[in-house]
Amino acid sequence: MELAVSDLTCARGGVPLLEGVRFTLPAGAALVLRGPNGCGKTTLLRTIAGLQPQLSGTIDCPPDAITYAGHADGLKAVLTVAENLAFWAAIHGTPGIDAALEAMNLTDLAARQAQHLSAGQKRRLGLARLLVTGRPIWLLDEPTVSLDTASVALFGSVARTHLARGGTALMASHIDLGLNEARVLDLTSYRAAPRLPQGFDEAFA
Amino acid sequence: MIALLLRDLRLAFRAGGGFGLGLGFFLVLAVLVPLGVGSDPRTLALIAPGILWIGALLACLLSLDRMFALDHEDGSLDLLATAPIPLEGVVAVKALAHWLTTGLPLVLMAPLLGVLLNLPGAAYGWLIMSLLLGTPALSVIGAFGAALTVGLKRGGLLLSILVLPLYIPTLIYGAEVVIRGAQGLDTTTPLLLLAGITAGSAAILPFAAALALRVNLR
Repeated sequence: MELAVSDLTCARGGVPLLEGVRFTLPAGAALVLRGPNGCGKTTLLRTIAGLQPQLSGTIDCPPDAITYAGHADGLKAVLTVAENLAFWAAIHGTPGIDAALEAMNLTDLAARQAQHLSAGQKRRLGLARLLVTGRPIWLLDEPTVSLDTASVALFGSVARTHLARGGTALMASHIDLGLNEARVLDLTSYRAAPRLPQGFDEAFA
Repeated sequence: MIALLLRDLRLAFRAGGGFGLGLGFFLVLAVLVPLGVGSDPRTLALIAPGILWIGALLACLLSLDRMFALDHEDGSLDLLATAPIPLEGVVAVKALAHWLTTGLPLVLMAPLLGVLLNLPGAAYGWLIMSLLLGTPALSVIGAFGAALTVGLKRGGLLLSILVLPLYIPTLIYGAEVVIRGAQGLDTTTPLLLLAGITAGSAAILPFAAALALRVNLR
């Protein structure tokens, strides 16, 4: 499963943030996006996930291969951990949630409602969702927020297993997951040049 | 798709899900009207079809803004948009879930409230029939309105203003069926038009709503 991005320009709120972004992620590789706040990490991930259109450029990947984990975990507060996970498994047509519960150390919490989880436990449940989607390309936006050291290491090993099975991960993260093989892409060099206002304002210049 | 329907139904019935909210509103409205209008049976019988239909319409409106807003807040909508089911299907399923938790209970409750409003005996069958045919249109049109306003904070009022005018045809023909039924007249024409509105909106609006959702997700 290969993800190839070439000459991608993406915008947030009509303002181009990044231009000329290009990289190729072969199966089994991970890429970490770095850059200061507001440089367009989330925008890039959402564009690749197909949640917003790009201004120009191409994104090449097999259909239905991408799963996206954003800042919000997509959990329903009144459903239990197992119900939340079982729903996403059913939507993606994958069998069983036990392996995912096991992998993210959630088995003991399976019967608890999501509203009674701590922030870190919620995040672990949100990350367990990645496993039940069965999709090879993971787009992760700050996956380690509110995780403790042990859980970061746990997720690091889950991600490594995913890569070893031929999966791919593209993540925006400030914290080192311990994925030594991951390449780093600094987005600062792709920052879009400020553009002069066009069209409408010219009449008033 | 079935998983999504089951999840939405389960959420509606759990604490804070809002099931019964519309039903309670409908009940209160039907009790308030005789208090405000006076208890003259003839007057009540005259206005009962309209009141029952307006009550059902407003009760439907109450729970509309939750349809996509809750999923948008907790991020599920982003995840559903990248899931293998089409967004059009998501809209259709959510409208169906809304109808099952709001519209269908209203249909079942309406005859009881008809008694409170002295609805003529001949009209009960037509009341159930017209609501059964008309309320699905309310849910589907409402889903379109909810999709348009999904990104807005406190979008509920805007949603009402957008959706209520779209409810007018359903209201006119729905109430017309009951009025004609009460007078023993032929109801075929308004009934067919009502069914046509429901079928037409169910066929077109999920696509429009999915388009609106895609724009709002950006």
